[in-house]
Amino acid sequence: MDFDFTEEQTLLENMVTSFVRDSYPWEVREAIVKTEEGWKPENWSQFAELGLLGVPFAEEFGGLGGSVVDTMIVMEQFGKGLVVEPYMPSVILSGGLITSLGSKEQIDSIVPTIISGETRYAFAHSEPQSRFDLFDIKSSASLSGDEYILNGFKSVVFGGPMATHLIISARTSGEQRDKEGITLFLVDKNAEGITTQDYPTIDEYRASEVVLENLKVSKDMVLGEVGKAYDAIDEVVDKATIAVCAEAVGALQVLKDSTIDYCKNRKQFGQPIGKNQSIQHRLVDMMIEYEQSKSILYMACTVDLSDATERRKAVSGAKARIGKAIKFVGENAIQLHGGMGMVDEYMVSHYFKRATMLGILFGNEDYHMKRYSEITQADVIKITDAKASSIAFN
Amino acid sequence: MDTTFSPEDVKFQQEVRSFIHTNYPNTLRESIGNKRKKGEELTKDDLTTWHKILGKHNGWSAPGWPKKYGGAEFTPTQKYIFEQECARSECQIVMPFGVNMCGPVVYTFGNEEQKAQHLPGIISGEQFWCQGYSEPGSGSDLASLKTTAVREGDYYIVNGQKTWTTLAQHADWIFCLVRTNPDAAKPQEGISFLLIDMKTPGISVRPIYLMDGTNEVNETWFDNVKVPVENLIGEENKGWTYAKFLLAHERAGIAGVARSKKAIERIKQIAATEMSYGEPLIQDPAFIRKIADAELELTALEYTELRTLAKDAAGKGPGAESSILKIKGTDLQQRITELCMEAVGYYANPHTGTTLSNEYVGPDYATNLSGTYFNFRKASIYGGSNEIQRNIIAKMVLGL
Repeated sequence: MDFDFTEEQTLLENMVTSFVRDSYPWEVREAIVKTEEGWKPENWSQFAELGLLGVPFAEEFGGLGGSVVDTMIVMEQFGKGLVVEPYMPSVILSGGLITSLGSKEQIDSIVPTIISGETRYAFAHSEPQSRFDLFDIKSSASLSGDEYILNGFKSVVFGGPMATHLIISARTSGEQRDKEGITLFLVDKNAEGITTQDYPTIDEYRASEVVLENLKVSKDMVLGEVGKAYDAIDEVVDKATIAVCAEAVGALQVLKDSTIDYCKNRKQFGQPIGKNQSIQHRLVDMMIEYEQSKSILYMACTVDLSDATERRKAVSGAKARIGKAIKFVGENAIQLHGGMGMVDEYMVSHYFKRATMLGILFGNEDYHMKRYSEITQADVIKITDAKASSIAFN
Repeated sequence: MDTTFSPEDVKFQQEVRSFIHTNYPNTLRESIGNKRKKGEELTKDDLTTWHKILGKHNGWSAPGWPKKYGGAEFTPTQKYIFEQECARSECQIVMPFGVNMCGPVVYTFGNEEQKAQHLPGIISGEQFWCQGYSEPGSGSDLASLKTTAVREGDYYIVNGQKTWTTLAQHADWIFCLVRTNPDAAKPQEGISFLLIDMKTPGISVRPIYLMDGTNEVNETWFDNVKVPVENLIGEENKGWTYAKFLLAHERAGIAGVARSKKAIERIKQIAATEMSYGEPLIQDPAFIRKIADAELELTALEYTELRTLAKDAAGKGPGAESSILKIKGTDLQQRITELCMEAVGYYANPHTGTTLSNEYVGPDYATNLSGTYFNFRKASIYGGSNEIQRNIIAKMVLGL
């Protein structure tokens, strides 16, 4: 029983921490997000050199063979630095889909290019009507000879503007909300039939709307079995959700710590505002929310993720709980910073915005509460023994 | 990161489980079960039988004590497992006043005679202890206490009043904070720690009935009570140091995660049995959301406790996260008792098992759930109110 990192994990953590400290100070980050591209390709090369792009991939491809704990370590530090380079969408999410569904040939040819930094994938999946339901897909793919013809619309594709390739989901059979019938396709982003509209997000990351108009994709570029992608999507998105939780925990730590510092330094009525009990108790509650978030993140990282029910319960539980903490810590960080919390120039608002958007990503608190509840209310035994005793704490 | 137990710990877990299975008396389970059902108070026998059984088995009644004082000297992980197994089997808890509070003070600051006199009785459960800290005018501001002890020859003469004395009606001994130097520069500097035999002339105990009708706590009065000076722990006027040490011990295991887990299982069972909108209550989205909310808070707290435990086991001492156990643990107990009461609808109302009515109504599982809810408002008040806990964290952890 321990929550220690292994020696390799500690090295990994130190490496990412140094990157954030040395290559991502606040002014640099501010400059990056204001460029037209909205990210810094040199950072991606540095990730490749540091081996970060290989963290979740098998060692035979030059990866680190890392677990969710390893990607958690990376994402927590990225959360502390508000790193905008599309690591989660490209390496964890798209990389996860490729290794989970890909044929040996596909994995052999694609994974090394991700690890080297040569390719970046984005997952073009959600649609305007699907909200957080991973099975609600209208985009269609129909077979015509050796090719599929794809039509449809994909919304808010994270990391889309930086991607060289897309993994596109489309329906090869079934109705809009069927879990069966969803197929994934590997596509060069420059392919004819793809139109993207790139834009910045409120938290200064980048995303795309993707229009598919008679996009022709060869049968060879189907990822996994035709019509059977849903279970893998559910699983890989769950693992990516753990990464999102880790990023959020990193951001929450900064929000909490910077607010405590601010309250120690900001003087009103002749003393630091942190001397007031109403503020002290609020800060303690922020600390508690942060610690509880970190704890439930650790829970999600250490349960048996190979069991689908256990995985869903753990991931949704963590995301829902952390979603609640994001609102409490974020909103109070702004409140206690007073007017300074509102200012664009000051960093706390940026952490608040990022944490809030992470609260939505892959499902907000309500969505995951419902998903968690459905699992936890199953298999409960009715009381049939009329003599059953009552509850006892002491 | 590894949240599995070592093979030795797993073996220990099996040992505890089988010990409970073989040794926890069915008669005790029935006796306590019946009283809980009816909302009746437990007798001294109910409270001490399991303690006495554990006391005869390698000091298991005192899991954290060193072996040389008769304790089990469990590792932090073993303590956690032991607590978890006892909760799982719904064993009666061992009263904390002797084992968790007074005992550690005696073996840490007491002299050899005091250790020989008191430790065996605390382990065996023969000596029932109560706590003499709070006074009518001294709650959170404990150092303002007024009960005096004036040295006269070989005795201290104790005068004053303690309150909220839990289970004083059963107690053989009380450990007390008393003022021995009213002129000290700071209130904390004039306090001493005395052990007092409850049979001493001049002590009277008056029941305080709480809002659920139970007599858990009492007023304890001292009227010229003669206490031998041998009963002073450590040095005169150094009692505050020992008191703070005790409070730190008191907080261990206060989160009650294992018991709360069991209780949430229970709410779910009740909610699967009770009907609402023509369906089992557990299908009601509003109610299941509340259960899920409590369950997630508990899961997070369980891992917060495990993180504390892991640090403790590695000898790193408890970190910032340990201080939140009391706040969150009691908060959850209160939410759980609230949900239990809510789950049974109108059957929260009947107050049976009293002198006014011994006729029980409604399903057995519903009896006294509201009483438990009302009773558990105490949890965020005792052991240092949750507001005081926040003050402590603000100062000690956040450095405000």
